[in-house]
Amino acid sequence: MADEPQVIERPQSRIIAPGYTFGTVTDQIATVVLTGRTPVFWMACFSVGLALLFLFLWAVALLFAKGVGIWGIRTPVMWGFAITNFVWWIGIGHAGTLISAILLLLNQRWRNSINRFAEAMTLFAVACAGMFPILHLGRPWLAYWLFPYPNTMGVQPQFRSPLVWDVFAVSTYATVSLLFWFVGLLPDLATLRDRTTSRIARFSYGILAMGWRGSARHWSVYETASLLLAGLATPLVLSVHTVVSFDFTIAIVPGWHSTFFPPYFVAGAIYSGFAMVLALAIPLRSVYGLQGLITDKHLDNSAKVMLATGLIVAYAYILETFTAWYSGNVYEGASIWNRMTGPYAPYYWALIMCNIILPQCLWMKRVRGNPLLLFIWSIIVLVGMWLERFVIIVSSLAQDFLPSSWSIFQATRWDWATYIGTIGLFLFLFFTFIRLLPMISIFEVRTLLPQAKVEEEVRG
Amino acid sequence: MIKPIYGLMAEFDNPTALVSAARAARQQGYRKLDAYSPFPIEELTDALHLHHNRLPLIVLCGGILGGLTGYLMQYYVTVISFPINIGGRPLHSWPAYIIITFELTILFGAISAVLGLLGLCGLPMPYHPAFNVPRFALASRNRFFLCIEAEDPLFDRERTSAFLETLEPREVSEVAH
Repeated sequence: MADEPQVIERPQSRIIAPGYTFGTVTDQIATVVLTGRTPVFWMACFSVGLALLFLFLWAVALLFAKGVGIWGIRTPVMWGFAITNFVWWIGIGHAGTLISAILLLLNQRWRNSINRFAEAMTLFAVACAGMFPILHLGRPWLAYWLFPYPNTMGVQPQFRSPLVWDVFAVSTYATVSLLFWFVGLLPDLATLRDRTTSRIARFSYGILAMGWRGSARHWSVYETASLLLAGLATPLVLSVHTVVSFDFTIAIVPGWHSTFFPPYFVAGAIYSGFAMVLALAIPLRSVYGLQGLITDKHLDNSAKVMLATGLIVAYAYILETFTAWYSGNVYEGASIWNRMTGPYAPYYWALIMCNIILPQCLWMKRVRGNPLLLFIWSIIVLVGMWLERFVIIVSSLAQDFLPSSWSIFQATRWDWATYIGTIGLFLFLFFTFIRLLPMISIFEVRTLLPQAKVEEEVRG
Repeated sequence: MIKPIYGLMAEFDNPTALVSAARAARQQGYRKLDAYSPFPIEELTDALHLHHNRLPLIVLCGGILGGLTGYLMQYYVTVISFPINIGGRPLHSWPAYIIITFELTILFGAISAVLGLLGLCGLPMPYHPAFNVPRFALASRNRFFLCIEAEDPLFDRERTSAFLETLEPREVSEVAH
């Protein structure tokens, strides 16, 4: 922009490339949405998402028609893929809230350019997660029975059950994530309303922006609201995966019944979530030329978070094994031994490989600085975390107290179709978001620019 | 007869100019004024004395209401409406209530934060005179505006306009109703 001075800053804070002005950041991010031209990359990803979404709908239609018997769930492994996928998806969502809430409270300003799409990722991951417990109900159309309401049957949910806690935790998480995301979008919707030339777009964004005009009075309340929402979302995100882990720990199944699960699950959630953030950010920034806003510093930081949470997860695996031995409990010991040497041993060792051994490469700056390698590594971690959930759920249920009831879980094609289908749902929702809403928070990136600082000597 | 206007608006191209203009206007005695910027500016909040708002109180009330709702709902269901005797354990099993109490505290707190934000900002607001200034569309991009409203007792079209000109804005424009 010729009519706006550029401010050169010391290169120490490379969370945004030099040379940007308020005008150019606004235009660069808004153009992705407001342009009439859609990149081939978007078309391809959206088509894949849509195709897989149809696969999902097909699988769900069949499930409604025939029941959960189309899945491989048989006694004793009644949770199978459904709960594995639920825990995996909800964990992925956690990174978005971590970035948007916890890093906001910690004043980590690098989060400003990745929080928007990470929050969208949270929202869509929770939507995918929510599918599974509902579909797994057997009679999904009666899902509202999970909530307490006055009814003629005279029955109510059992509030002492972690499964009911989960209903409240996940639905609160989904609602709060949606609210937080929408509040964050409000000023950017106003920008889109003011920038667009299409009447329909101006009307739609105008309705959504609710008349936001950037008044100082509004900003002051807005800042308070963001901080309060971040303060509320922070304990919430820690509680959600804690409650998810209660689904396991409160049961007496060997391999589940451990007080160590809540921190272990939360760390694992953030681990897989940051992997998903990288898996989305790396292609997006190169396709849309956003390397100046989502810089190598962001990828580096995310990789470091992955490394740190990965080490916590590694510690959890070691401790799990140690506790099984140290407790002297024969069932705990047998359960871990079965995991390592039994029918699920290949999955167990694959998850150790994906979650612990391979991610150690992230210590090397060369790996963290190479987007392609980071992308591959994030996919490895996502696979590893899925295997972790699978092993915890399936291997523990398949071989519990009574060898006479042991049975091996075999996933059917409909298990896979439903799982891959939710990946389609996720891609569909995510790429719809990329096309219709700004994927980077425009107003928060403006605050990162050196010219956003008010020079104090002018005061007076 | 001159048509009444909403106020006078000065346009600046950087946050520092806007903050010093807002301070100068406060010093001149203007109180009915508002500033518009594409991102939050802490110094501006300071200059316009906007630090206090009631949002934290609203959220606190919402959170307490949510916590009470959660706890009392579970108490009502497990003790009064649908008691289940499991091995003689107490019906009022408060440790089991903590999680849902906590979740509803957060839920109600977050909803009241958002409703409070909209309420205190007067949103949704389908019409506002500020948008009558054609260049105001840039307030969501890269321009900074200071508006002195006609309701201010010190407001006078000529004198206020002359005052705004002394602040070296890019442009001063009248805001029609």
